[in-house]
Amino acid sequence: MTVHPRYTQTIAIFVLTLLTVLTLAVLVFIIVFVFGKGLPYISYDFLFAKPEDMGRSGGIFPTLIGTVILPLFAIIIATPLGVGTAVYLTEYTRENRITRIIRFGADCLAGIPSIIFGLFGFIFFVTTLRMGWSIMSGSLTLVFMILPTIIRTSEEAIKAVPYSYREVSFSLGATLWQTVRKVVLPNALPGIVTGIMLSIGRSIGETAAVIFTAGSSLRMPHSIFDSIRTMSVHFYILAREGISNKNAYATAAVLIISILIINLISYWMMNMFIAKKTK
Amino acid sequence: MAIALSAITMLVLIVLFIIKEGLPFIFKIGITDFLLSTDWEPAAGKYGIFPMIAGSLWVTLGAILVGVPLGLAGAVFLSEFIPQWAMKTIKPTIELLAGIPSVVYGFIGVMVLAPLIREYLGGPGLSIMAASIILGIMILPTVMSISIDSIKAVPNSYREGAFALGATHWQTIHMVVIPAARSGIIAGIILGLGRAIGETMAVIMVAGNAVKLPNSPLDSVRTLTANIALEMGYATGMHRQALFATGVVLLIIIMLLNYIAMTAIRDRGKKK
Amino acid sequence: MKIKIIPLLFIILGFFTAYSSCGKEKYTITAAGSTAFQPFAEKLADQYMQLNQDTGVTIQGGGSAVGIQSALSGAADIGMADLVTLPPEAGSLSATVVARDGIAIIVNLKNKVGNLTLEQIQGIYSGVIKNWKTVGGNDHSITVVSREAGSGTRSSFEAIVKNISLTKEAIIQDSNGTVRETVINDANAVGYLSHGLVNDKIKQVSVNGVPCMTDEIIKGRYILVRPIFLLTKGAPKGKVKNLIDYILSSQGQETIKSSGLIPAK
Repeated sequence: MTVHPRYTQTIAIFVLTLLTVLTLAVLVFIIVFVFGKGLPYISYDFLFAKPEDMGRSGGIFPTLIGTVILPLFAIIIATPLGVGTAVYLTEYTRENRITRIIRFGADCLAGIPSIIFGLFGFIFFVTTLRMGWSIMSGSLTLVFMILPTIIRTSEEAIKAVPYSYREVSFSLGATLWQTVRKVVLPNALPGIVTGIMLSIGRSIGETAAVIFTAGSSLRMPHSIFDSIRTMSVHFYILAREGISNKNAYATAAVLIISILIINLISYWMMNMFIAKKTK
Repeated sequence: MAIALSAITMLVLIVLFIIKEGLPFIFKIGITDFLLSTDWEPAAGKYGIFPMIAGSLWVTLGAILVGVPLGLAGAVFLSEFIPQWAMKTIKPTIELLAGIPSVVYGFIGVMVLAPLIREYLGGPGLSIMAASIILGIMILPTVMSISIDSIKAVPNSYREGAFALGATHWQTIHMVVIPAARSGIIAGIILGLGRAIGETMAVIMVAGNAVKLPNSPLDSVRTLTANIALEMGYATGMHRQALFATGVVLLIIIMLLNYIAMTAIRDRGKKK
Repeated sequence: MKIKIIPLLFIILGFFTAYSSCGKEKYTITAAGSTAFQPFAEKLADQYMQLNQDTGVTIQGGGSAVGIQSALSGAADIGMADLVTLPPEAGSLSATVVARDGIAIIVNLKNKVGNLTLEQIQGIYSGVIKNWKTVGGNDHSITVVSREAGSGTRSSFEAIVKNISLTKEAIIQDSNGTVRETVINDANAVGYLSHGLVNDKIKQVSVNGVPCMTDEIIKGRYILVRPIFLLTKGAPKGKVKNLIDYILSSQGQETIKSSGLIPAK
């Protein structure tokens, strides 16, 4: 430590800037690359027409529907379960062996490759429970897949709420449940929403698990027991089978735009919530 | 309580399921033969997954080397040196990237990265290096996003205290802010690590999937996940069990990694 | 706020379930399996549905093993498999050959090799022949591209070429399309795929001097050929029989032929 702190500061900031610029450049390149190749082919027809000739021509409407429905159902089921578990782990128990095992389990599951969830879903939902390749099997499998992420990120967010907030609430005579609902959860919300958004992203982007459980039918589903193809699966099949690179890029661009819209909506919801709270 | 337990039951169910399908097979052909043999020829009854274990470790290590320094540096820079209004556009962009399907990253790897590597560095292009770079980029948003959240969650009074003692901004960051945010940062890295080792489709697309021990980063490899996803569609009988056994090995590796990471957090916590 | 949203979402979920129960008037046949036959099956299904408006046909990929397993378990009405010999567990299923498929050997357009003998193919895939020079090409090492173990195309390919112990250097791809894309992108690659999926971005080489063409396959001169089976639990009946009959009809077989596959008879 002979170097003067001011110099280490300069060097550190220089290195940090360099790495950040590199990172952002790579990430921006990916978006620009996909948009550059895909945006020109997106039109009203492409979005809302039904696909022809396995997606070589025509639109992507059924896959659009699939991409909305599958993650939506998964999030509806997984969020209460995941946030509930996180609350239980942080607020209702002391740190002990059981909580460590649960957390360890969640971490391990976060690392299980989606293909294993796919196999599990195929054997369990598709075959054993006789749901077939369907929206139902697909979204239930996704629930298993995203649960660990929701648990872990919610837990971190809840832990980050300063303990003094809880003490104030308790001193006002609030019960633990009231404290959790009115104080802890609202303050942890931004972190929880980050976790949910990561999960939505993961379910929209999932390919392996979805092919095995929701199938890859290009037709419009009539019920939640029908098979469906999501945009990611559609992209994978178009790009990998070399069916149509142009439609593949266009599908990828639509995917990125949808994720952008979802993110914007969650930001908007979060801001509304914060605005309401501070009133 | 009931909710927490039902979630855990679901998690336990899937672990038991994988172990039940895979473990008997491992005992049948012997742990050492399964783990240490380099011959994987299911048609000939040879089930050695050592090349795949090596492949997974190489590719994940590469991804960490690419993703963690970049992600951390980006997170620190963005949360400490960037004005609030700029952050408001950059953070959503990063979260957007976390949502891009891995297959899109994989496809860019095939179309852009692999040809570059083949042309300028040699080899088949579909290689450890291509897979590491693509995976590294893929985990960047996860590592960054969660690190930013936890750095932001460090109370400002900590920073003010450090400044009051005459510390420079950088000293404050690496002596006060990062240690305080450590738990969150490590959670982010573990999630990123999990995504890297568990990624399947993107790796299948860019790693080339050859079953052999790699000699250089330019060689093609197959990861444990790729092994499962590639062959599951066609596998029956013993072959299928072997793939579930591959899943068990993957699970154990992930558990070990998590265990190491968690003890690391706890030990450091004690020392303080 | 959240507390109010959740019941609302469940109502939406319930609505979908209700919608599902009254929307399901159509009879749906599910066929699953072979990725090689999947594109053709989709085309045949489309035509069949135009003629039979009351029946829906859903085609799923997954691979021949998925085809066999889902036919056995009842997850699919029809399993599609493209193996030279069916595995023993498929013994209880009723198998109908609906088409045959040539396996074409493909190289990059820049490659000047136009013909390979079976021995040369065997040498290349076993890693004995490592350079294109040995078989009359330029002085470049060969990038061998093969399919995953258990693939119907690979096991058929290896069963016909015989004595292949695949070189460890081989790049493994998981479908016909990806093999093709890999060979398009790599000037030194060699691969094999379903004859119907060859396009003008790759070059097909003759095997023992015979090009992989529909006529040559029908005449029996081209040797890399495998059958495509539709598997059903018990003899096909009802709508399923109707569909299989359609595929076997002259109209269905004509579609198969015009798409690049070989008719069953």
